[in-house]
Amino acid sequence: MSESVKNTLLFVIVAALIVITGIFQSWNTALFILNMGLISAIMSMGVNLQWGFAGLFNVGVMGFIALGGLAVVLISMPPVAEAWAAGGLRILLGLALGAATIVAAILTYNRMPPGRNRVLAMLVLLAVGFFVFRAVFDGGVQAVESVDPSATGYLGGMGLPVLLSWPVGGVLAAGAAWIIGKAALGLRSDYLAIATLGIAEIIIAVIKNEDWLARGVKNVSNLPRPVPDEVDLQNTPTFVDQVQAIGMDPVPASSLFVKLGYSVHFVVVLVIIFVLAQLALKSPWGRMMRAIRDNEVAAEAMGKDVTRRHLQVFILGSAVCGIGGAMMTTLDGQLTPGTYQPLRFTFLIWVMVIVGGSGNNLGAVLGGFLIWFLWVQVEPIGAFLMTVLTSGMADDNALKLHLIDSVAHMRLLTMGLILLLMLRFSPRGLIPEK
Amino acid sequence: MEFLNAIVALSNYVLIPAIAYGSQLSLGALGVTLIYGILRFSNFAHGDTMAFGTMVTILVTWWFQSMGISFGPLPTALLALPLGIVGCMALLLFTDRVVYRFYRAQKAKPVILVIVSMGVMFVLNGLVRFIIGTDDQRFADGERFIITAGDFKTMTGLDEGMAIKTTQGITVVVAVIAVALLFWFLNRTRTGKSMRAYSDNEDLALLSGINPERVVMYAWLIVAALATIAGVLYGLDKTFRPFVYFQLLLPVFAAAIVGGLGSPLGAIAGGFIIAFSEVMVTYAWKKVIVYLVPFESLEPSGLVQLLSTEYKFAVSFVILLIVLLFRPTGLFRGKSV
Amino acid sequence: MSGSNPYQDDRGNKDRTITREGGAELGAHPGTGKVMATSEAFLVGDSMTGGYGKGPDILHDCTVAVNPGEIAVIVGPNGAGKSTAMKAVFGMLDLRQGSVRLDGEDITDLSPQARVVRGMGFVPQNSNIFTSLTVEENLEMGAFIRTDDFSGTMAQIYDLFPILKQKRNQAAGELSGGQRQQVAFGRALMTQPKVLMLDEPTAGVSPIVMDELFDRIIEVARTGIPILMVEQNARQALEIADKGYVLVQGANAYSGTGKELLADPEVRKSFLGG
Repeated sequence: MSESVKNTLLFVIVAALIVITGIFQSWNTALFILNMGLISAIMSMGVNLQWGFAGLFNVGVMGFIALGGLAVVLISMPPVAEAWAAGGLRILLGLALGAATIVAAILTYNRMPPGRNRVLAMLVLLAVGFFVFRAVFDGGVQAVESVDPSATGYLGGMGLPVLLSWPVGGVLAAGAAWIIGKAALGLRSDYLAIATLGIAEIIIAVIKNEDWLARGVKNVSNLPRPVPDEVDLQNTPTFVDQVQAIGMDPVPASSLFVKLGYSVHFVVVLVIIFVLAQLALKSPWGRMMRAIRDNEVAAEAMGKDVTRRHLQVFILGSAVCGIGGAMMTTLDGQLTPGTYQPLRFTFLIWVMVIVGGSGNNLGAVLGGFLIWFLWVQVEPIGAFLMTVLTSGMADDNALKLHLIDSVAHMRLLTMGLILLLMLRFSPRGLIPEK
Repeated sequence: MEFLNAIVALSNYVLIPAIAYGSQLSLGALGVTLIYGILRFSNFAHGDTMAFGTMVTILVTWWFQSMGISFGPLPTALLALPLGIVGCMALLLFTDRVVYRFYRAQKAKPVILVIVSMGVMFVLNGLVRFIIGTDDQRFADGERFIITAGDFKTMTGLDEGMAIKTTQGITVVVAVIAVALLFWFLNRTRTGKSMRAYSDNEDLALLSGINPERVVMYAWLIVAALATIAGVLYGLDKTFRPFVYFQLLLPVFAAAIVGGLGSPLGAIAGGFIIAFSEVMVTYAWKKVIVYLVPFESLEPSGLVQLLSTEYKFAVSFVILLIVLLFRPTGLFRGKSV
Repeated sequence: MSGSNPYQDDRGNKDRTITREGGAELGAHPGTGKVMATSEAFLVGDSMTGGYGKGPDILHDCTVAVNPGEIAVIVGPNGAGKSTAMKAVFGMLDLRQGSVRLDGEDITDLSPQARVVRGMGFVPQNSNIFTSLTVEENLEMGAFIRTDDFSGTMAQIYDLFPILKQKRNQAAGELSGGQRQQVAFGRALMTQPKVLMLDEPTAGVSPIVMDELFDRIIEVARTGIPILMVEQNARQALEIADKGYVLVQGANAYSGTGKELLADPEVRKSFLGG
């Protein structure tokens, strides 16, 4: 069996799985899996860029995804005029002061001769800066957050088209990646793993707690959508006529139509990113990336700036994750910071990359679809298994109740087993790197 | 008098909690640093190992309680702890046998083992949630306080009270015993020395006839004990929740790295540094400052809290970055176990 | 990348917060397809041909041997396969022909670790001590395979290397280059080996220290232990050698007593700089 036949077959199998879901469960579920699969494929391509092609160990994927989600709120929600009037500028001023403090501290560090004076000057600068920042900032925050807290209590966004937030999400993630990369890459050894692990938690903490930014755990819902609303569709006579002509009920049809609309958008983004990633990797830049990965010493001896290349690929990969995160929040229609958990948003993406095949974009896409399918379907399958297993027990048996209750946690167990089995028996993944 | 009050307030809200938390982090970091030293990778499953050991201890505690066994004023969990450790040891030896050993035989690169440990993390996480659920479990019983704030006030006549929870006292005592035993083992026994030797120079250890599989086995056993103790102490002091244990991974890693990966002494120092900074940065200092300023007009209006508690991760992270930027190998040059 | 072991592909990762550099490189590659027996001695690596893994042969029909009380030295130009010959004797090379015999017994099929148990002491060229352990702990680790009381051996080693006794509670990594080499010798001697193998013991030390180390090596040899060593400093090494092997491109070019080789005009011209 040639390689392309095998790869096609793998994709056909995944497609078949989704179709089977559509036939036996519901087309709504199938389309949900497809849409999230598309997003997962994009995220896993982002991680694959970093790990597969440069060997960078990013365990802060969650943070970049969340930044993408934040971008959706900041771009697409209408601005809250009262909040801006109450303390918007003060918050901005506070942030500017904070940033200025950090820049000043870095400048001091770079300009002053090493010694106790330098450390002292830096500490004083940071301390004074911090208190000035808090004094200005806190007041603004209080003012903004007290503006109709049950409905807004935040600054709102810019009221721009939601599709714009996808690239902006990428840019936000890239910016964060630049800061982390600057600090963590190119030291005597890399400290990327722990740095990303930490920064992801910090990003989530900020989004959760800074209510003025995106309402924190109060969530921002009813985000604008790039596709028409179901209810609007049901009230559009042409739509109703058309679906009735093919014999469908307008209500489920509108829901499917909307989901398909998302799918089309996501496919376009996936194809663009996939083509760009493939082009990049076949370009001299991509060849150099792999040369660095395979033999860093030789690449360095040839005058390649390894740190710079690593920083580039780290930023690019994170940006892709950010775009994926923005798309996901758009699909959800709401930003819910409380749901961001590393197992789901960092390590699950890693499972996708490893299972699909590190170093192969096609593999990453396949892994994204397949693992997402399993992630969704393990629960019903597990519930079914448990019901069969416990069918002999009495209905009020404590063990039976516990087992059926715990089915939800089968997911994690299964994902771990899949990862371990894959690493053990097929460490190169389903579609290995060429 | 005012000054004494300030000191008491400081001890009550900062020093005592930080010492207890620091002991728990240190024990956790020791486990990470041991695996790093012997098996050469950072174990992402460590947080969940702690959760597993604690879970076993909790189950045994409930069993003891149902049989009416108690430990007097001390929590029953202390009686259950040895069984929890044994359970955790069995688990780690099992994972080593069915998972990690294969990769050692393949001479797999450490980063492959890191990814493998992610798989183990998923499985353990699922297992713990499967067995005990995701909810909070409080399992501390016995006396709640060694000394209550009220008693302290009447004893000393100060305005400020100082309370020492039983769990805090137990944490410190148990941690000191565990660490003393560990250092005695590593520095005084033949097996302990061979573990240090193996960590220091694997090839030479092989040439000296040290059996790597034995060293690895002892490492897992010790890590199981340390992880379970750390987890149980943390759970007694605060509460047991699987997700929180998973999140402990970050401060525990931070402590191990700040101290210098592979250095046990460093892990302990790192644990306390992280704990003290976290508590101090997120504490509202108003209470202490009120006693220190001479005039009421100078009293601060706010709470004088540098960062809200939700940002405690940021604290461990920033300390980590500072240490890495200025002393990349950690405070105690990590090298040996 | 295909073909290589996927478990060893770390994709160039060098993140030291999650992985630790280094690790064991010592591979056991015992056994040859073709046993050869051309000469007799206490320890003999006989007609060895082989290289690393499936790579090209580095040794070609190379023979080295040493008898009790003797110092045998392997010298030769850079890349002649001196260290490789020694590693072959110790079982760390893929041999395709030849055999290794110790005290009349064929040990060709044993792993390096098993050869240590049989009485071979080996001092590698690099990282040959446990830097974070104290001097005394280094010696204890040397005696790890012994189940009897080794305090006598340790006393002997302290007699042989008095400086070690003085610094026995200091971390070995804090010692000077020459002292570290003495720790390395001492560690290897703790097993009470029947033969001691030294890989470039004077690499990277000053001439004064080198002389001192050679004195120590002679003293060890006087206790009756045969010593097989590889040396970069050919002239000085041959001066103390009872037996010398000059290797060129993995094959024996010249052999004889140290004095003979020093006197041989060919050897002088080619390898000793006139």
